[in-house]
Amino acid sequence: MAALLARYAECIFWLARYMERAENLARILDVNETFARDSYGATNWVTIVRLNADEKRFFELYPTASAKNVLNFYILDQQNPTSIIAAVSSARENARQLRPLISTEMWAQINVFYNKLLAWGPNDIAPQNIQRQCAFIKEACQTHTGITEGTFFRDQGWYFYNLGRNLERADQTTRVLDIKYHTLLPSPRDVGTPVDISQWNSLLRSAAGYHAFRRVYPRGLTPAAVAGFLLFNDNFPRSVMVCMREVDSLLNRLNSKYRLRRGTLPLERSDELLGSLASQTIEAVIAGGLHEYLDRLQLSFSSLTSDIAQAFFHADQPATMTA
Amino acid sequence: MARRAWGALLSGSGNGVDHLLSTYNANGFYDELFGNAAKPASHTLSVQERLRQLDFDDLRRRASDAERELYNLGITFLVYSDAKAVDRILPFDVIPRIISAKEWAHLEAGVQQRIAALNLFLHDVYHDQKILKDGIIPAELVLGNANYREQMRGIDLPFNTYIHIMGVDLVRDHDGTFRVLEDNGRVPSGVSYVVENRHMMQRAFPDLMGDIGLRSVDNYGMKLLEAMCEIAPPRPDGVDGDPQVVLLSPGAYNSAYFEHIFLAREMGVPLVEGRDLIVENDKVYMKTTGGLRRVDSIYRRIGDDFLDPLAFNPDSMLGVPGIFEAYRKGNVALANAIGTGVADDKAVYAYVPRMIKYYLGEEAIIPNVETHICREPDALKFTLDNLDKLVVKPVGEAGGYGITIGPRASKAELEECRAKLLEDPANYISQPMVPLSVCPTLTEDGIEPRHVDLRPFAITARNTWVLPGGLTRVALKKGTLIVNSSQGGGSKDTWVLTEGPAEEPALESAVADPFQSQSQSQ
Repeated sequence: MAALLARYAECIFWLARYMERAENLARILDVNETFARDSYGATNWVTIVRLNADEKRFFELYPTASAKNVLNFYILDQQNPTSIIAAVSSARENARQLRPLISTEMWAQINVFYNKLLAWGPNDIAPQNIQRQCAFIKEACQTHTGITEGTFFRDQGWYFYNLGRNLERADQTTRVLDIKYHTLLPSPRDVGTPVDISQWNSLLRSAAGYHAFRRVYPRGLTPAAVAGFLLFNDNFPRSVMVCMREVDSLLNRLNSKYRLRRGTLPLERSDELLGSLASQTIEAVIAGGLHEYLDRLQLSFSSLTSDIAQAFFHADQPATMTA
Repeated sequence: MARRAWGALLSGSGNGVDHLLSTYNANGFYDELFGNAAKPASHTLSVQERLRQLDFDDLRRRASDAERELYNLGITFLVYSDAKAVDRILPFDVIPRIISAKEWAHLEAGVQQRIAALNLFLHDVYHDQKILKDGIIPAELVLGNANYREQMRGIDLPFNTYIHIMGVDLVRDHDGTFRVLEDNGRVPSGVSYVVENRHMMQRAFPDLMGDIGLRSVDNYGMKLLEAMCEIAPPRPDGVDGDPQVVLLSPGAYNSAYFEHIFLAREMGVPLVEGRDLIVENDKVYMKTTGGLRRVDSIYRRIGDDFLDPLAFNPDSMLGVPGIFEAYRKGNVALANAIGTGVADDKAVYAYVPRMIKYYLGEEAIIPNVETHICREPDALKFTLDNLDKLVVKPVGEAGGYGITIGPRASKAELEECRAKLLEDPANYISQPMVPLSVCPTLTEDGIEPRHVDLRPFAITARNTWVLPGGLTRVALKKGTLIVNSSQGGGSKDTWVLTEGPAEEPALESAVADPFQSQSQSQ
């Protein structure tokens, strides 16, 4: 079976992550503009800046968290490593290195996408245009996913691609949820008020989960149910549970089908993580503090990423440690 | 669908290609589409006819579509400006350069002959050095050359082949005679554009190229892989016949990275960087997700200097420590071999016709451009006396840098050139200004003559195979003779015609035995 260059595996893993990241950010910005208005009709953009704990960097560059500033920071600002253009640019740099491996169509689409974003100016991300532009970004990312599904050769590279995509998606879901953790503090005040409900709605929408959630919980929406749905639902494609189940199965297949024995450690870690997700209830999570729980999840995604890197991407380091 | 442009504009609005070609004037240069009065290019008549039927606006639109597509597909090279890396396409001109079957048979034979002689020369200088002892080439020119690698002395290579991948720069003078301007036997680039230009033309101008009998350029990657496998050392552990080939690139920020990708893809082999390889016990391995994996044959796109910090430039971060020792012991193949730079040096170039005579007992099929080697006192004097008529080139530079074109230079530039010549004459050669042939080219103002050269590519392991055609570079700036991409040059698709719709088998066999015919010198 053809071997996969370790560097390619790393690039394909990150290519998937960056494209997934760009899509998620576009979702969040889109929904925030449309739905996340408070009782006075104003949009609260400062919560977005908490997404990646970006407050410090943001306020060094911009005086206020206005719609214009936040949208610029997250869409076009190349200085901001968590912006959409930075993610797409990183995706493209990885794709450039991967061109011997990926299909020409995958490369050309990312290249054209990036060049379009590069050509955008302030008017393109003005609030009245933002929905159309976010839709463009989402669609470009989904086009990427579709082209990849339809053209990328299904060998090891495909497994690493999906590992990256699912890990990033799980991570993004925890971040979206984290924006609203404060409303689930143990002694809530205006939980359940109309404003609060619309905010939880918007949260679901940003994860494309509103309709799916309605199907599972037709009779009403509680913050706890939404959080539980995004974390533990067995069928929702962006839930942490579904993503981690996929990650675990991919690692399993890398170990068995491709006999990558160095993959034992990440597999053990992912087994553990999956086990702990399966035995959790949302009530227990809230009682223990949602924010703290999300933090721990994000940390475990990050250690899993290092384990994967150690096992597969740095083959020159002694294998005996992990085998 | 291919025929949409046919006859679209014949009604004499003055904007047809027909009109533009009728008023076209090659200004006395040999023209690739029309030839000259003494040698009209009859092989291009059917293409001329088709071009004349195109509408100029349609031609221009298709040309700009083609360039946009090159950009979208990332068929680009990186240019650094203001510390930022910018993607640039190699400008592409849609009017093809056409070579007849007969002309090509001659060029192919000439390229094969030249490569045979250069490989014999390299084997000789790294073994017995007979050609130096016989005084055919000054020993100090070879042994004192910056690209001579003493480390290669006594190393035997498969088929005695040193230059596996070769690009020969050809120009065509006033009367249409092809001449060799330069040899590229280190890491020649540009072959990806040959293939991509053809693909572009197939998409944009199916109506121009249908049924005219065109030699394909599609199998370059296959031929290259074949050669890489042929030179791979046999492995005792039983994987003979399926050696691991890789392409070694300096990385994504190299300006020729697109070509590296292209070649790796066409061969179906991994593109690796120095950091992906490691040498253990004098064997080369690549780092994979499953651990280390043996590598047998490397098409390297890194210069000698940067290949191995242990053997050559100790500061190189691009190379692979220990790879030279693995190579020396015969555990891995490298293409091109180390030390080929001594054969494509601009000063050694002048001796190649004598080399061909010495090793093969033949006259050069494709003559050189007349060259004065300034290390020789007579040549230096001649050069200094005729500075305003000559082109003076430093011997070590590539990419068109450092050249003084006498007839175009200012007084001050000539004086600067004179001073440099006197300071270090051995570093220079001079040549008469070759009146490069022209080819009709799409410009802002219509269709105008622009100067072109031709770089055929050849692959050699056991035998030499020449890709039909090669890269036609075109100097897009009016009047300029320098075609290098770094100096504002572009490229054209190069069409080698078959003898006719029903190609005679006799032609192919004549091509396969190049040394039998056409050894007249021109």
